[in-house]
Parts: sequence; C-alpha cells; structure tokens
Amino acid sequence: MSQSTSTLTARLAVLVRPGRSRALAGFGLAAVLLLAVAPVLLSPFRLGLLGKFLCLAMVAVGIGLAWGRGGLLTLGQGVYFGLGAYLMAMHLKLADAGPGGVPDFMMLYGTGEVPGWWEPLRSPVVALALVVLVPAALAAVLGWAVFTRRVRGAYFAILSQALAAAFAILLIGQQQTTGGTNGLNGFRSFFGYDLADPVNQRMLYLVAAGVLLVMVVVARQLMTSRFGEVLVAVRDQEDRVRFLGYDPAAVKTAVYVVAAVMAAVGGALFVPIVGIISPADVGVVPSIGFLVGVAIGGRATLLGPVLGSIAVSWAQTTMSEQFPSGWIYLQGALFIVVVAFLPGGLASLVTTWRRRRPAREDEPGTPATPDAAAAPDAADLLPEGSRA
Amino acid sequence: MDTLLSQLFAGLSLGSVLLLAALGLALTFGQMGVINMAHGEFMMAGAYTAFVIQGLLGDPGASLLVSLPLGFVVGGALGLLLEATLIHRMYRRPLDTLLVTWGVALVLQQVARDVFGAPNVDVAAPGWLSGAVTIGGLALPRTRLFILALAVVCIVALALVLRATSLGRRIRAVVQHRDLAEASGISSRATDRLTFFIGSGLAGVAGVALTLLGSIGPTLGTSYIVDAFLVVVAGGIGQIKGTVIAATALGLMQAFFEYSTTASVAKVLVFVVIVAFLQVRPQGLVSVRTRSLA
Repeated sequence: MSQSTSTLTARLAVLVRPGRSRALAGFGLAAVLLLAVAPVLLSPFRLGLLGKFLCLAMVAVGIGLAWGRGGLLTLGQGVYFGLGAYLMAMHLKLADAGPGGVPDFMMLYGTGEVPGWWEPLRSPVVALALVVLVPAALAAVLGWAVFTRRVRGAYFAILSQALAAAFAILLIGQQQTTGGTNGLNGFRSFFGYDLADPVNQRMLYLVAAGVLLVMVVVARQLMTSRFGEVLVAVRDQEDRVRFLGYDPAAVKTAVYVVAAVMAAVGGALFVPIVGIISPADVGVVPSIGFLVGVAIGGRATLLGPVLGSIAVSWAQTTMSEQFPSGWIYLQGALFIVVVAFLPGGLASLVTTWRRRRPAREDEPGTPATPDAAAAPDAADLLPEGSRA
Repeated sequence: MDTLLSQLFAGLSLGSVLLLAALGLALTFGQMGVINMAHGEFMMAGAYTAFVIQGLLGDPGASLLVSLPLGFVVGGALGLLLEATLIHRMYRRPLDTLLVTWGVALVLQQVARDVFGAPNVDVAAPGWLSGAVTIGGLALPRTRLFILALAVVCIVALALVLRATSLGRRIRAVVQHRDLAEASGISSRATDRLTFFIGSGLAGVAGVALTLLGSIGPTLGTSYIVDAFLVVVAGGIGQIKGTVIAATALGLMQAFFEYSTTASVAKVLVFVVIVAFLQVRPQGLVSVRTRSLA
C-alpha cells in the first residue's frame, strides 16, 4: 500500500490495476449517483429513505465480508447495529437534554435520574469512540471465545442468533434506561445541528453515502489483501490453513470484528437519519433480514451485498406501503429461491453469462470480478462432522 | 424451602416445554445436520391444528386427545413436504438450509396470519386439566404436569423407536455412516424422509401442548426456535440424552436466574453460561466421538 492513502482519491488510484478498471468505473458511477445525482433528483423524504437504506447497506458490507468471504453465517448483526445505534441515540438524548439534564423518557419510566453508565456518553468524543469500541470489543471477546474452541458452522450461527435474541430481550426488559419496546426517539439535534432542518438532513445523507463508499473501499482492500486470501482459505479448508501454520481463529475473529464495526457505524448513522431505534430493529428477525440482500446480491462479491441490500430495502418500503403481507411472501420466496437455486446471488448470473463468452483472464479470488461468487457453493460446506 | 421447590418445579416445567420444542430438532439437526428454522412454524401449525379441532369438536377434552396425534401428522406432513421439495437438495449445504427454511418460516407465518388473523387466539384447556394439584403445600398446575408427562412420553417413545425398531436401527445406521448404510441396502433417502417426518411431527405435538399454556399466534414459533436450538447445541448432537439433560438444565437455570434477577437478565445470563460451557465442551454435553477433524 502506498503511503498516501489518507484521501479517497489516493485510495481510488490504488484500485487502478490491469483488468480492474471495470470495478473502478462501477465504483465511480456509484459515487456520482449517490453523492451528486440522488441529492438533486430525490425529494427530501425519498433522500432520507435512501440514507436509511445506505445505513442498512453498511451492515451488508460487513456481512458480505464475514459470511461471503469468511463463511461465518452471522445471524446476530442486529446486535452490533443496535449497539452503535443505541450508543448514538443515548448521546443524542443526553445532548438534547442539555448539560446535567435528564432525557424525557427517563422522567416517564425511570427514576428521573441518569444512570451512571449513561454519563460518559454526554461527551460527543466519548460517544463516537464508544460507538466503535463497544461493538468491536464485544465481537472480539465473543469471537475469540467461540472460534478458538472451534465452534463453527451451524453452532456459530445459532449462537449469534441467540445473542440477538438475548440483546433484544434485555433492551425491552430495561425500560427505565433503554426506553423498552418504544426504543429511543424524538431526537432534536445531531452534534449541534438541528435535525428538523432539511439542509442538515441532506448533510447526514451525504455523510452516510460517503461512509458507505469508504467502507466499500476498505472491504475491497481487505478482500484483495493477503488477509483476504487467508480468509477465503479458512472458509474453504479451515484445517488445511491451520496445518499451514495460520491461526484460523484469529482470522475469523478479525473479520467478525470488522463486520461488527461496520454494522455499528451503520446503526449510529441510522439513528439521526431515521429518528428512532427500537428493539424491533435489532432482534432476531431484522438480524436475519440483513442477510436477504446479501444473499440476493451475491454474498462473496464486493458490490453484491450493497446493491442487494439497497434493492431489498427499497422493495420492502415500496411493497409494504401497498401490500404489507405481499412483502413477507416475497421476502420468504426470495430467501428460498435465491439461496436454494442461486447460492451465488444475482452476481453469479453475470458470471455465468460472462463464462459463455470467450475466455478472459480470471484471477482466482479477486473480488472485483463476480467470479468469486461461484465459490460459495463449496464455501458453506461443512465437510466433516456435519453429518457424522 | 417452598420457594426453592416452586422454582425447581417452574424450571422443570420450562425445561419440559423446551424439551418438547427441541426434541424434533435433535432428530433433524442432531441426527441429520439439517438446520430447520421452520421447526417453530411446525409448532405453530400444531397449535392451530388444536384450535381448528376445538372449533370442530367443541369439547376441550376430546379435542385435545384428537389434536395430539393429529398435530403430529400435520407437523410431520409439513416436514415431509419441506424435505421433499427443498431440503433434500441441500444436504451438502447445511448453512444454506438455515436461510431457506427461514424463508419457509416467513411464508408459513404469513399464511397463518392471512388464514387465522394476526391477533392471538385461545384454545380452552379441558376441565380435567384446570386447577392445580397440591403436594406438600406446593400448588402444581395440572396443565404444567400434563406437559411434563407428555415430554416424558415423547422421549420414551422416541427412544423406543430409535433403539428397538428396525426404523430406528436404519436411522442410526445412516447417521453413523451413510455410505456403509447404503452399501448394506438401506435406502438413505427413505430414512431421511422418515426421520424428518418424525422430527417435524414432534414439533406439531409440542405446538398442541403449547396451547395449554396460553394464547397462540402466528409468531408462536419464533419465540421458541432460538431457545430450542440452544438446547440442541448445548446438548450436543447425535444423541437424545444430551438434549434431555440440556433442556432440563436450561429450564432450571432460567427459572433460578429469573428468581434472583429479572426475566430479561436471566436470558442473557443463560446465554453467557452456554457460551462459557461451549468453551469447556465445544461439541456440547454429549457428543458422538468420531475421528473427523470437526
């Protein structure tokens, strides 16, 4: 990596390699669409919706890394999304209440005093740091505990799901300090900016779009790096990687932490854009919901999860406005059809189509080309022990 | 002392509910490696079977007795359908089965919502199950005792089927060594289907039993599926014994944690205990030793 990675343009420059111009072009197009076209064309309401979708897509980028590339089927990303969101929401509540003030809902349900563990969040710096650090720490501890003991495959999936269930139940149960089922809402300002002002809402959207684009770049760098290669190797043949002297647990923990942080940042931006976070956004059902878009777009590809996630969120919003029950049928059907018959996602259709054309250079493991999507078939195999 | 005993009973009772929910999973996940997220919806189907039967027959006692076997058949039939259409294509992709069956679960929930309506419905418990039996100053609700007994009956029946019948021998043979079993003339396809039928049928029975505990709704299954899977994971795959112990232990833990803290904190504590426990025994309580690396 070059030293000048501090700016986005420099990062983009790194991407220019033979045979990868298409990825760069796609990325550039996405950037222009998100940052320049959408804010002009869309009404403030639609722009807010798109901002929400982008936040959910951040979770999808992380899932694409952990699940598509690392084979970790994590059914509990809602926990990290929720941690980021709740930490941000708590800070906003405290900021709205003013120095030494008490958030409104605590007057209603609680003792009327701010609990001690809320106090550090009064500081914006601490709040922003905790948004990243708390989910990272939880993911690191849990991941390390689970992966070093070689709990994997379905066991890990079930544990992560149980984590989501426990988290949502905990939030509901602690109504005095978390707002319970209602969650936290009614934020007035975001770091001093009035949230009711459309200009600030647009600024928030642009922040979300920028963060998502940075995340995609980070994901790409991770995928093409040595780490990314080992990650795929761990997914496909964990034992062989171990015999080669790597520590699969460390690799898995690392990618799990990255995915957790991405989800948390998505959650933190979700709060000011959407204006509410509640246990209904973080439990078992939304946690699995994050996977739909990833599976449809192509779990092992770079842009598949992002595009799939945005498309699914969009479909969900438009459909559930008109046919609430229709959306659930469609979501179920999408899960069934895509996962059962098209495990590589829609991206694998592109691959199939390209394979029909004359041979072209296929670098194994390069994520920019959706060819990698062909792998997940074998990817999620549990070769040993799953049936014995 | 009384509180201790009543917590003990509450724990055992919760454990028996968990066990009923997890027993079928122990078969389909534990023995076959299929992660069936629609298992909870098969329970829901069993519960609605009881609701429909009660609407037809009227008498709660008779309808309960009819619903139990019928719930088994309904759950089993749904399972068989799922196996024949989707799951048999995916035996080599266990994690993907999880997502596909989640999709099936979503659809089934919505079907229930469209057919029976979103609000919960009630199934009346028969008169001979109302009230409580008082033993030594401790009031034990009859419905809870009935479910406890039902769980015991299901375990015994399942154990008998697995150990004493030729079907059970075939199931165990396929679980232990699929290729050798096939080489000995056992149809692993037919065995898989039957295993899945029994496992899903048990979910149906569990659903009928749940109608005794409260009102039922389309999302009945979701509330049990996570706990049921935790039971199977903690119990270890491949043997029913582990599931029984794990369900009892989880039920007791939940009850005692709940007594000393709150229900929501208890859930989190149980989760922490399970993660800690998997540190000691990653393969669960009881595991079949193999020479594979997994």
